[in-house]
Amino acid sequence: MESEHFEHGADVGVRGFGATPAEAFEGAARALFLLLCDDLSKVRGEIEEPISCDAATLEELLVAYLNELIFLADSRQIVFGRFEARIQQAPHGFHLCGRAWGEPFDLERHEYTVQPKGATFTALKVEQRGDEWVAQCVVDV
Amino acid sequence: MEYREIEPNVWELPLTGAMRVPGRIFASRALIDALDEKVREQIANVAALPGIVGASFAMPDAHWGYGFPIGGVAAFDPDRGGIVSAGGVGFDISCGVRTFTTGLKASALGEHLETVAHDLYRTVPAGIGWGGAMKLTVPELDELLAGGARWAVEKGWGEPDDLERIEERGCMPGADPSRVSRRAKERQLHEVGSLGSGNHYLELQAVETIFDREAARAFRLEEGDLLVTIHCGSRGLGHQIGTEFLQKFVPLAGRYRIALPDRELACAPIRSPEGEEYLAAMRAGINCALANRQVIGALVRKVFARHFPEARLRLLYDVSHNTCKAEEHEVGGVKRLLFVHRKGATRAFGPGHPELPEEYREVGQPVLIGGTMGTGSFILAGTRESETRAFSSSCHGAGRTMSRTKAKARWQGKVLIRELAERGIVIKSHTAKGVAEEAPGAYKDVDEVAAVAEAAGLSRRVARVRPIACVKG
Repeated sequence: MESEHFEHGADVGVRGFGATPAEAFEGAARALFLLLCDDLSKVRGEIEEPISCDAATLEELLVAYLNELIFLADSRQIVFGRFEARIQQAPHGFHLCGRAWGEPFDLERHEYTVQPKGATFTALKVEQRGDEWVAQCVVDV
Repeated sequence: MEYREIEPNVWELPLTGAMRVPGRIFASRALIDALDEKVREQIANVAALPGIVGASFAMPDAHWGYGFPIGGVAAFDPDRGGIVSAGGVGFDISCGVRTFTTGLKASALGEHLETVAHDLYRTVPAGIGWGGAMKLTVPELDELLAGGARWAVEKGWGEPDDLERIEERGCMPGADPSRVSRRAKERQLHEVGSLGSGNHYLELQAVETIFDREAARAFRLEEGDLLVTIHCGSRGLGHQIGTEFLQKFVPLAGRYRIALPDRELACAPIRSPEGEEYLAAMRAGINCALANRQVIGALVRKVFARHFPEARLRLLYDVSHNTCKAEEHEVGGVKRLLFVHRKGATRAFGPGHPELPEEYREVGQPVLIGGTMGTGSFILAGTRESETRAFSSSCHGAGRTMSRTKAKARWQGKVLIRELAERGIVIKSHTAKGVAEEAPGAYKDVDEVAAVAEAAGLSRRVARVRPIACVKG
């Protein structure tokens, strides 16, 4: 499994898994957008958005990444279904460079549960467990 | 650490570690026993913030939030190093509730219930992908952020008389739209006049029980009356302000020597450039929410005019839940200016408070507690005692007791909608899964929460209302 939701008292946790931190970030992004469409294979990749963000730590980079995606989705009323992220060490921390593909939100084809409004520092973790990386945080909805 | 019951329905979390003041929780034995361990940690963490006055409070509906518990109240003294916290306000700035009386009895809906509910569902943008009631340019949005509900009334959304019965008379002073980022504004340009999703709703309700005749008279409530209640906030703009300032505040902890037990508590001194910048932006967020609810209220009036031309939708009151407001409170016999954070809590001024409209001054401020779409909600009134209890604050809802993830696994939205329909409650939503997450069983017992609010002296019950129809985002 590459992405899942986990419990929070009032909101929803998103978690991604992968062989690298970047893959785990992509998984967390998928978990995020599963709130907006229960089957991401239904999302057409007709819009491509470049994503770029920086942070001092990998954990803060995850929050910045998810918030960037939320901002793009909310301000442009689009839903993303596919993600590509690359993470590099930068002079003051980490830099993420990536792309996301999606289409205008369409209620007829995208069955949503709730609108994610912001990624938070709650239950925030980016860590290696054995061979696998895990990236997670709680999302305010 | 155990809670200590210091009087019926009032519990104390004694000073330990870095706590500067004790924690104080208003709860019955059942509610305190069910309180999440994380809420206890959050009450203690808030108690450790600089300049906190009195206690770190938790209302009867408290549950796990971000930094502060939801249902958390804390006041800070700007002259004693007090702070302002973006997490203490919450992401959905000024999320709140407004209730209208209609001049109709619920029985008047009769066979029209489904039609009216459907018209509300089609007229009031809810959920995702519908946009809002209007599209604005950035300069227009700036006017809204400065003017709040007053801006909306000037643009023809609602009536000037509404403003009397909105906190701050519909316009939060001290808002500075230039402190709100371009990104926050971009999220809002198409969202003004929309409910959003999650726990936000528009509900038709019937007054079921009157507890306090005198206050009910002042609020113009009688048994059987039809009410309309709207619950929503500052939408994308408020969240973006919260997110951006939380990130700005995190690195300040070192500079201002603030020990942060939790990053979500990131804050700035009230008397600092960063604190003042946040306050100016947050106040613009409050105006965004006030305008949003004002516009939705006007849409509801249009629906009623189509079906019941004789209806007169009169605003009972509009309360905000997620705020930080500068207020004068008496501490140890001395009046002090404090910055009161209410995170998922309602301001509840008692009788005689000068901020109240004349017609409510004898009975106290209306306090609107949103329950669930299957149980009920409450209208209460602020008490004089509440001033000494928790800086004139009360609870804001039933409070979740089960996570969204668990609720979605336990209930099926379509089944829930059918079951509620069998009980005469019409649910309209674009998302069955969203309805499952909001199942009445996922919340605390609203009757107990309201009873405890009264028993603890936070506010007194005026009326219980039951849901008839609910539009969920």
